[in-house]
Amino acid sequence: MTGLGWALADGWTIARRTLTHWRNQPGLVIFTWFFPVLMLLMFGGLLGGAMEFPDGSSYYELLVPGIFALAMLFGLEGTMTAVATDVSKGVTDRFRSLPMSSTAVVLGRCIADMLDSVVTLVVLVATGLALGWRWHEGLPSALAAFGLLLLLRFALLWVGIFIGLTVKNAQSVTMVQVLVWPIGFLSSTFVATSTMPDWLGTIAQWNPLSSTATASRALFGNPDPSATATWIGTHAGLAAVIAPLLLTAVFLPLSAHRFRTLSR
Amino acid sequence: MTTERVIEAVGVRKNYQGGTDGAGLNGFDLEVTAGTVTGLLGPNGAGKTTAVRILSTLLEMDSGTATIAGYDVRRQGAEVRRRIGLVGQYAAVDELLTGRQNLVMFGRLNHLKNHKSRADELLERFSLTEAANQAVSKYSGGMRRRLDLAASLIVAPRVLFVDEPTTGLDPAGRIEVWSAVRQLVDGGTTVLLTTQYLEEADQLANRISMLKAGKVVAEGTPDELKTQLGSDWLDLVLADPADVPRVVELAGPLADGEIRVEDVRVSVPVKDRTKALVVMANSLHEAKIEPEDITLRRPTLDEVFLHLTGAAA
Repeated sequence: MTGLGWALADGWTIARRTLTHWRNQPGLVIFTWFFPVLMLLMFGGLLGGAMEFPDGSSYYELLVPGIFALAMLFGLEGTMTAVATDVSKGVTDRFRSLPMSSTAVVLGRCIADMLDSVVTLVVLVATGLALGWRWHEGLPSALAAFGLLLLLRFALLWVGIFIGLTVKNAQSVTMVQVLVWPIGFLSSTFVATSTMPDWLGTIAQWNPLSSTATASRALFGNPDPSATATWIGTHAGLAAVIAPLLLTAVFLPLSAHRFRTLSR
Repeated sequence: MTTERVIEAVGVRKNYQGGTDGAGLNGFDLEVTAGTVTGLLGPNGAGKTTAVRILSTLLEMDSGTATIAGYDVRRQGAEVRRRIGLVGQYAAVDELLTGRQNLVMFGRLNHLKNHKSRADELLERFSLTEAANQAVSKYSGGMRRRLDLAASLIVAPRVLFVDEPTTGLDPAGRIEVWSAVRQLVDGGTTVLLTTQYLEEADQLANRISMLKAGKVVAEGTPDELKTQLGSDWLDLVLADPADVPRVVELAGPLADGEIRVEDVRVSVPVKDRTKALVVMANSLHEAKIEPEDITLRRPTLDEVFLHLTGAAA
């Protein structure tokens, strides 16, 4: 086999490790898959009654795609924890002492976390459909929306690997996790940014999470008052592609650099 | 036995700016012959782990040269990694996988075709067959370390690095791991073992290199070193400080070197262990001095270093 062939094969072996974790400890992984569902039911129930839309549509039409985007952000925590745990427990060193490329180690993480996000989305879509949420623009459009969501997850993967390699232990990850929440809330996930005070709305609109949420709502045909409010709101589709690519362009090399400096 | 050198390090230096990550190396030299077990013995912070991490390509050195089986650890890392096994200070196995799943995974990553039968073989060899399908998180410390050893031996390595294999283990776990390492030695694997226990190096190694502040300060077979180590010590702890001068006087004829007094503790270097103990006990009895404690002991690592280098460790 060629170098690339082995990197792919080894990457898959490392991804399978995570799949085996799921099988060995189903309780833990099922909880992480259903946590966004809990958020959806909780916020839908809490805020849904207070929300009124001109066309009479349900709050879930706005909320469900928002929770999709939020679930992608929460995936970051899993990546950080997994990477930091492997470094602190010496598993990363064991991998580095084997005759395989470091690409395989990262590739394995990448495959496992993307699969995890796909399952998360499937569970959320099923719940959303049960609550009355629908996509209205046809399947290709809906698939494009899921593509945008997974693109954001892919970008956040590199952020997670970078932070995991930087903090190097699972305890410190908890501190970073606290910061994930305000980022999640300061966006168009739960409410249209047009309802916020101007300065806050502007910050929330420029949050990449909002762009992905707003763009996927457009592709699903769900209402989103944020979409018309400002420049960034009207260009959400473009921003939902460019912001993740920018994040990847910054954090992929940073992660690679961190991985190399483990040897300094 | 051949005299091929499988590990050769000359003047290896490593400086840590932060100083928190580990101890540096300061002109580290080492030669290890094929088929031997070399113990790298030193106190915490002497640079043992740093040396192992550099030799196993996990850490870059600042200057110096090092080769494993003739391959340069700096420039031919991939070739080196094909020939080494590493057992870290912290058992680097996946806790959420079972013992068998761990070995199968590491077998696949070593590109072994028969990874499943190899896993079973190693589980058998390290007496883990019964626990094979249990999650590693349920293993005892000794079992975990044995699994770690097994994982490093998936592909029979030319050189096995074993970094403080018994740190944090209870005595039973320590004996388990010792017997596992002895098996490797019988199989002819070249082993570089780091430890802070004199006894462990003595039990397992053919040759011992003593490391202090990033440098090898003494080197030889355990017997050669033992004669350099200095005498055993007879420690007397007295109830009454007023008795100290009298006890020093009584111990005088037995002492094989300078008697050390620290508070109410009198330490006497002795040659003939049993005789010294009996004679001392008798003299104390006749002088009607009742000691709090009277013990015979091997020199501590600190005393060995003091003896070898003439400076406090």
